[in-house]
Amino acid sequence: MSTPQAQSPAAQELRVRQAEASDLGQVIAIDAEVTGLEKTDYWYELFHRYGGGRTRQRLFLVAEYGDAIQGFIIGEIRDWEFGSAPCGWVYGLSVRNSARLAGVGARMLDAICDGFRHAGVHKVRTLLGRDNSLVLSFFRSQGMMAAPFIPLEKDLD
Amino acid sequence: MKLQKSTSLALFSILEFAANPGRQLSAAEIAEKYGASTHHLAKVLRELGRAGLVESARGVGGGYRFSGNARRLTLMDVIELFEDISTRTGESDEFDDSSEVGRALGAVMTEVDEIAKATFRSITVDTMLKLIERQRRALADAGNPPAT
Repeated sequence: MSTPQAQSPAAQELRVRQAEASDLGQVIAIDAEVTGLEKTDYWYELFHRYGGGRTRQRLFLVAEYGDAIQGFIIGEIRDWEFGSAPCGWVYGLSVRNSARLAGVGARMLDAICDGFRHAGVHKVRTLLGRDNSLVLSFFRSQGMMAAPFIPLEKDLD
Repeated sequence: MKLQKSTSLALFSILEFAANPGRQLSAAEIAEKYGASTHHLAKVLRELGRAGLVESARGVGGGYRFSGNARRLTLMDVIELFEDISTRTGESDEFDDSSEVGRALGAVMTEVDEIAKATFRSITVDTMLKLIERQRRALADAGNPPAT
């Protein structure tokens, strides 16, 4: 798997674009760097469903600086879940450790929000573990507030 | 979850100082604005000073100014200087867990507290300043004068 050396991205030279199949090696590496798990099959399946700009409803974007992918963001538009009007959902965002604190996440979030607006929705949501303070703080810093939903779960015996 | 008076004053103070990084504010100014006694606020500011979040300047025009990192300092960081809510649970605070009903009600209160703690941990001073600014703009757009 190729892993080009990351450099600190200058905001003006960072490009956010749709993910391509050739980006997957770096996306998988960034995800593995952050989560400690290399989920190759998962990412190829996800790219099949979300990549390549096949639909305005699903977005898989990467942030590129030079020849290195610095981060990725994934989201989709969900319609009328439990009566909620169509809105954008961000359910994946990660930035290479060496590229953090350079505005990469903010640029990707702006880009995916532009995509959602272009598709006609005016609200974006996400869902995170409440112990994930780092990413929660990022979304808070971008102006996101608590949504009118409560996540629920139960153990299945 | 209810915060103690000192904790609230600390949050007010930190946000006032961080919103005016180049300006020194006196304890009396903040005390007056938030309806607190100067004596009480001075104790709060001493604690914030010990934690390195504010620094004082002596002499004419002396006062305090923010010396923390607004992009790193969370509301929880400030709260924990004054009270320990990280281990607080609804069971111990509100309901006697010697009964089945008390235990069940305590479990619900624990849920509420856990969400509150996660919220405090996720919001930095910088994020709060942005929120204050957004609210100020929204009020202005609605034709209401901003509160000082």
